[in-house]
Amino acid sequence: MTAAEIHLTDAEAHAATALQHHFDNMEQQREAGTLGMWVFLITEIMFFGGLFTGYVIYRLLNADAFAVASSTLNWKLGALNTAVLITSSLTMALAVFYAQTGVRRMQIIFLLITMLLGATFLVVKGFEYGEKIEKHHVPIAGFWHWDEALPAGVTAERVQMFYWIYFAMTGLHALHMIIGLGILACLVYFAWRGRYTPEYHAPVEISGLYWHFVDIVWIFLFPLLYLLGAHLSHGH
Amino acid sequence: MQIPLPKIDLPRLPFTPEQASSTAGHVDALYLYLVAITLFFSVLVAGLIFYFAVKYRRRTPDEIPRPIAGSLPLETMWTVIPLLIAMTIFVWGASLYFALYRPPRDAVEIFVVGKQWMWKFQHTEGQREINELHVPVGAKVKLTMTTEDVIHSLAVPAFRIRSDVVPGRYTYVWFQATKPGRYYLFCTEYCGTNHSGMGGYVVVQEQKEYQAWLAGGANESPAAQGEKLFQSLGCASCHKMDVQGRGPMLAGLFGKPQKMEDGQEVVADEAYIRESILDPQAKRVLGFGSVQMPSFRGQVTEEQLLDLIAYIRSLSAPPGAGGGTINTAAPGNGNTSGIAPDTQRMNPLSPTAPRGPQGAQNTNTNTQGSNRPPQ
Amino acid sequence: MSAADTPVNPMNPAAPAAPPRADAPEWRTRFAHTNYLNAEYGIKSWLLTKDHKRIALLYLISITIFFALGGAYAIAIRLELLTPAGDLVQPHTYNKLFTQHGILMVFFFLIPSIPAVLGNFLVPLMIGAKDLAFPRINLLSWYIYLVGGIFTIWALLNGGIDTGWTFYVPYSTTFSNTYVVAVGLGIFITGFSSILTGLNFIVTIHTMRAPGMTWFRLPLFIWSHYATSLIMILGTPVIAITILLVALERVAHIGIFDPRLGGDPVLFQHFFWFYSHPAVYIMVLPGMGVISEVVSTFSRKNIFGYSFVAFSSLAIAVFGFLVWGHHLFTSSQSVYAGMIFSLISFAVAIPSAVKVFNWTATLYRGSISYDTPMLYALSFIGLFTIGGLTGLFLAALGMDVHLTDTYFIVAHFHYIMVGGTLSAYMAGLHMWWPKITGRMYPEGWGRFAALVLFVGFNLTFFPQFLLGYMGMPRRYHAYAPDPLWQVLNVMSTAGASILGFGLLIPAVYFIWSMRYGKFAPPNPWPATGLEWRTLSPPPTENFARTPVVTWEAYEYRPVEEMEVIGAGDAEGVQPVGGTISR
Repeated sequence: MTAAEIHLTDAEAHAATALQHHFDNMEQQREAGTLGMWVFLITEIMFFGGLFTGYVIYRLLNADAFAVASSTLNWKLGALNTAVLITSSLTMALAVFYAQTGVRRMQIIFLLITMLLGATFLVVKGFEYGEKIEKHHVPIAGFWHWDEALPAGVTAERVQMFYWIYFAMTGLHALHMIIGLGILACLVYFAWRGRYTPEYHAPVEISGLYWHFVDIVWIFLFPLLYLLGAHLSHGH
Repeated sequence: MQIPLPKIDLPRLPFTPEQASSTAGHVDALYLYLVAITLFFSVLVAGLIFYFAVKYRRRTPDEIPRPIAGSLPLETMWTVIPLLIAMTIFVWGASLYFALYRPPRDAVEIFVVGKQWMWKFQHTEGQREINELHVPVGAKVKLTMTTEDVIHSLAVPAFRIRSDVVPGRYTYVWFQATKPGRYYLFCTEYCGTNHSGMGGYVVVQEQKEYQAWLAGGANESPAAQGEKLFQSLGCASCHKMDVQGRGPMLAGLFGKPQKMEDGQEVVADEAYIRESILDPQAKRVLGFGSVQMPSFRGQVTEEQLLDLIAYIRSLSAPPGAGGGTINTAAPGNGNTSGIAPDTQRMNPLSPTAPRGPQGAQNTNTNTQGSNRPPQ
Repeated sequence: MSAADTPVNPMNPAAPAAPPRADAPEWRTRFAHTNYLNAEYGIKSWLLTKDHKRIALLYLISITIFFALGGAYAIAIRLELLTPAGDLVQPHTYNKLFTQHGILMVFFFLIPSIPAVLGNFLVPLMIGAKDLAFPRINLLSWYIYLVGGIFTIWALLNGGIDTGWTFYVPYSTTFSNTYVVAVGLGIFITGFSSILTGLNFIVTIHTMRAPGMTWFRLPLFIWSHYATSLIMILGTPVIAITILLVALERVAHIGIFDPRLGGDPVLFQHFFWFYSHPAVYIMVLPGMGVISEVVSTFSRKNIFGYSFVAFSSLAIAVFGFLVWGHHLFTSSQSVYAGMIFSLISFAVAIPSAVKVFNWTATLYRGSISYDTPMLYALSFIGLFTIGGLTGLFLAALGMDVHLTDTYFIVAHFHYIMVGGTLSAYMAGLHMWWPKITGRMYPEGWGRFAALVLFVGFNLTFFPQFLLGYMGMPRRYHAYAPDPLWQVLNVMSTAGASILGFGLLIPAVYFIWSMRYGKFAPPNPWPATGLEWRTLSPPPTENFARTPVVTWEAYEYRPVEEMEVIGAGDAEGVQPVGGTISR
């Protein structure tokens, strides 16, 4: 300890321990962390982008089949999940706010609520998957089976095409949700230990960015997958 | 639209294949232009590097040359001039591309089906060949191609043509042979174990020889075989010739736009007919929305599909048209395949034929149906 | 600029100007200073290191192993093609040989080579940072690379793969009986290593530049790595999802690429080349950065048209994403789409041409030395010019119809990948070897090897241009017994043997030099980058204090005036110790 460091306030001293050795100061470290997450989210957009492109191309090729297949999804559960996720984004934002203002108790509470909502989403999703598995509507060769009536111009193959896009996209999204829950669990642990202060809370902010991104992906998925065929008379 | 190419008479260059088609000379001319550009710039850059490296070699260990920041005029020059040169290549290359991939209307059609690891050809007159294609000199020939399994690519270097052959769709390429001879024919899209053995020859013959060859192993024309199939598969019970049956009438349909149930308009071309046979529910003609035509997927081979298309097209052909005439003069001799059993020997690369069990192990010919979901 | 203009030390005006050249006997002893190599000992200190320099060495070792393996496959391929008949190996084996050669070289050598080894080592040093922004992620990316690599090698040992490195469907999804899913998974995993490296570079370059290191004072090596990182983070996720789809299609038969289920096999090619064409620039852009540094250093000139060279890297990165369709000119793509892709492909050639002209102009009125890195760099410029110009043949639609999928393509991309990237990698390894190891490599042997590689390379690949135009298809286990074809193939095989032998020479003397090489001064060439203003090898945190940059890029001055910010202890300001000539 040099003489200069002895005069640091408690908070500054705390921040100094969170500063990794290769950064010059907290500002630089925070900037790096935030930029890193944004760059990561860009790669995520490209990752989902491949699937969205596939979706667009096959939807253009098989408009009717996609509408029919889409109407077999339960849009009410989808809407419920949308509401759950939007609320979780709000609670996540509040958790970040309380991290910034240094209210540890509220921060932990809102992180826990966010986790709860995330888990709710996954449970609802699980029920939806369960129903599809029961009906053999999972597009795996040998398992897939479709015996519901199809309107003219629609073949079971094209319905299967929709279903694999549905499972690939929602499955990938669910995987991101699970990772997000893991990150939140770590945040709760460290928040409990009092790691985050108004000076050092970059991990909470960065995880918040990730959580919002995962929500936004769902905001795109819900109308594209669930609402596409809701107007059809033979929808459920 | 066909873009006419100017006449070019170029002698055969060293290290090039024979020029045996009407477009080969044009490709060689562009090649010559590109080689000249490459030589010019390579020699320029290499020459400057050598000159500078010698002239400005380090003379004393601690000399420090005067810095030169750059020069906007120079940068502009070597951005704009290469760009202009590149544009000339682009225009030349693109016009040639259109000429190579737009078959002329009066071309004779030959059906090509690729299959691991052989090429099957079928002439309008009915002859079938494997790995060897006979064409008369001077005739414009259009190849309508598809494959039974993976992607292949048909290339004839002497004609400077090539086109991929893609499962589930038809691709086209055309040529006009100008010189009798035997020219290599290759598969150039990697297609599995015996990829390098999937080749043969294009045999260009004088008209008289070609006629003699044609007479040698006459078969039914694709259209005639298609008609037989049309009867035996029971198509005719719904698609009637003179009266409206349960399905649309097919006479005069080919090449015309058709109104669909969902309002769109589709031209009844090869791809559409193919889809309608394999996947009848995909596009349904207006007024036939409730008809449940069964799918013929798994029941007809790619070659039979081409025969059916030829037949349906013949129903629309004006009398005497070149493309899809029915050659009823040569009744079938029972051998519908028309394939000589030892055609593999025609393969110029016969040393590569699989010589042991290992070589042949990779023949997973499970292409049809088994993975299809129940309907 | 003469010595008299700058008598005051620019980095530290208060300090006395550096003393005149000292022959510094301390460099001749075993490293007198604590550096990243001797700061810690033991295997654990390497496997758990977060030091970007040590991670670069980990990459160097693993990449060399993959390169050797890929090279062995190449030799086997060339031996088979010595005669027209396929008499050395079975066709099925041959298909595995070229597939595995391609996969190892592309995904495990060319893509990571310069960024992960030289980039990892140099990016923080060049911008005056202590490390990359995320050291742990950096280490993680090496482990991911290793896991992906081991997975792939395991799959190769257990039977291998025969789809070609391009994985074209439906062959890869339905027909091949080989380990497609396992190898695909290996490449999928390795892709994340590439993404993380790119992410780390972008954040580091944005946030961790030393005071005074403005964007236009950055070495061009950094600009090219920035452009490369953009491609890595934007392109790699697409190949990841594509390979995932191939695996899903193969395992579950979901139908996305299967026409019988309404899928489209050509869509795969669009997805694949959307990444794999930009990936070509991942392979060559870092090499261009190396060449900029080498050409400048060994002609002691600032780069002619710095900003044009810098922005041409970004232009290549952006345009590179718009030209994937030129791999599909004969794949039944519409002729109009073909025209657009052809036009943009010609446009992307221009920034590369601008670079070549600027490098050449840099030599003008320079002080050119013929050190090994410079020999590699000059041969890079020549070979890259030929590689680039033959690219114009393939961008020209009507010409591509005749040339695609022949040996012309093989020759073209080897001129870019081997003549370009490998030359640049060798140039960079030699230039920074003193910095990395603290030892000099033997100059005479270095020049000899560079010459051998140049001859071997041209003998291997030039005949392939001719073979291609004559129509010899690529990926052929046997070829038509035309005597001319065989002569050219024999030449190519002879060249490959020279190339293989030539590559053994540096391998031997590099290892030799680590023990017996002369100790390297901080700035042996001398060069201007910040990496030369610390000790050789650098201390763990690179500089004793954060450097402050007050000079422009490539501002050459007598080496005595370039202050060295040494190890963390008493020797804050060091005499240079090097000599301007060796």
